[in-house]
Amino acid sequence: MREIGDVILDLRGISLSFGGVKALTDISFDVREHEVRAIIGPNGAGKSSMLNVINGVYRPQQGEVILRGDHFKRMDPYRAAKAGIARTFQSLALFKGMSVIDNIMTGRNLKMKANLFQQAVWWGMAAREELAHRAKVEEIIDFLEIQHIRKTPVGRLPYGLQKRVDLGRALAMEPQILLLDEPMAGMNVEEKQDMSRFILDVNDQFGTTIVLIEHDMGVVMDLSDRVVVLDYGRKIGDGSPDEVRTNPEVIKAYLGASH
Amino acid sequence: MAFFLETLIGGLMAGMLYSLVALGFVLIYKASGVFNFAQGALVLFAALAMARFSEWLPGWTGIDSPILANIGAFVLAGLVMFAVAWIIERLVLRHLVNQEGATLLMVTLGIAYLLEGIGQGFFGNDIYKIDVGMPKEPVMVLENMFEGGILINKEDFIAALIAALLVGALTLFFQKTATGRALRAVADDHQAAQSIGIPLNRIWVIIWLVAGLVALVAGIIWGSKLGVQFSLATVALRALPVVILGGLTSVPGAIVGGLIIGVGEKLSEVYLGPYVGGGIEIWFAYMLALVFLLFRPQGLFGEKIIDRV
Repeated sequence: MREIGDVILDLRGISLSFGGVKALTDISFDVREHEVRAIIGPNGAGKSSMLNVINGVYRPQQGEVILRGDHFKRMDPYRAAKAGIARTFQSLALFKGMSVIDNIMTGRNLKMKANLFQQAVWWGMAAREELAHRAKVEEIIDFLEIQHIRKTPVGRLPYGLQKRVDLGRALAMEPQILLLDEPMAGMNVEEKQDMSRFILDVNDQFGTTIVLIEHDMGVVMDLSDRVVVLDYGRKIGDGSPDEVRTNPEVIKAYLGASH
Repeated sequence: MAFFLETLIGGLMAGMLYSLVALGFVLIYKASGVFNFAQGALVLFAALAMARFSEWLPGWTGIDSPILANIGAFVLAGLVMFAVAWIIERLVLRHLVNQEGATLLMVTLGIAYLLEGIGQGFFGNDIYKIDVGMPKEPVMVLENMFEGGILINKEDFIAALIAALLVGALTLFFQKTATGRALRAVADDHQAAQSIGIPLNRIWVIIWLVAGLVALVAGIIWGSKLGVQFSLATVALRALPVVILGGLTSVPGAIVGGLIIGVGEKLSEVYLGPYVGGGIEIWFAYMLALVFLLFRPQGLFGEKIIDRV
């Protein structure tokens, strides 16, 4: 059984603006090891921007990201990946022309050590490595129950399954921190239940720390240990699902009272 | 019948050479979504390097075996192409991540002029020859099947064979290796590729290096046929219809497109030429490309263009 540990990811005073538009204003919160941490908020609250700051797609004008005690003024996606942060995307960003198995295999890229020359002649280390990683990928495919579509090009899959492949690719990195950008957006009830189960299993079985953005309050409250609430780029609530649910500011933001 | 076959085979072999140049376009387009106008300049640059190094090497090192000099020149020219790829990534592409396609297109035009200028400044702007010992004399085959047999140009035959091997190797590399997979991933989605830890910078160097090496092989083959001179850069223009026909994103498309155009040119010249006064060979490929642009803009093997409305 997982036990929530120390702070693994700490965000301090993050402010981000695009031209004159402020996307995030002075946001601070932390994420503890092994927990499921949710970021919620109405449309345009800055949730995706927040996630993009964590894995370095956006560079905030102010503030810093502290990962396991290391301070990052400038994070970039490649460094984030090397530091054990994986992510999924809200608008699917799979490699559409490639099969499910190849998509998930790309997640193993950082773990492959054979050099270009060895790969080119498919020799020794490269071949062994390919097989070892392939075995790992098959485990993930079993875990996500997508054996039947292993060889299908992902562009042909229905949306719900594509979301699952996206999760699989992130899992293939064996990340310590997994960022999920609206993993259940656009899904029906059954698909949402499946996805919730996978997220909880990942957290439980692999001890992966999960940071999750979700629009749907109900789902989030059941899944997460702690919740941050954003509205118009500001933090308006932070705490356990119960605390957040009864926070008057959060209720106001969600019921659409005047600002 | 024998004459028809002879024309057909001649066309297929010429087509293979077009494919080789077209392949350079396809590789870069696949990996970065950029149509690389500099491909022709790369061919010229590589051929110049090859021609001059094979000429200079005996003087520098005292090697007098032409085979060794050619091998040495090939290695040196390969290294030069690696340097070119590295510099292009470092000075240009790195600063243009996530830019519009049109911007990148213009940049490759700029790179083309630079490469042509620097190449000729550095290696000279005369006509040079590459002699890698390709047999020049034609041979007769199938003499007992047809009267008079079929005349085959040995040089074209070997060139076509080399092209076919190269294409096969590259296809395997793309499909079967981790780096090939990473290349395809980058082509599909830059951002997602970065987020799973694929180093975009290194991938770009690799892809320009591969395009450079393909250009080197194309440059050697075309150069030993036609001589190394500025007009070699325009060989790429002959390959343009090939990529339109085959589809910009498809390696097999580049091959099939090349073969169709090679054969089409030769057959139409021989069989339709007399009726319209000849000269079909020159415009046949462009005409075919135009028809394809009208009715099937993604080409034979390209990914279908779907616009969400």
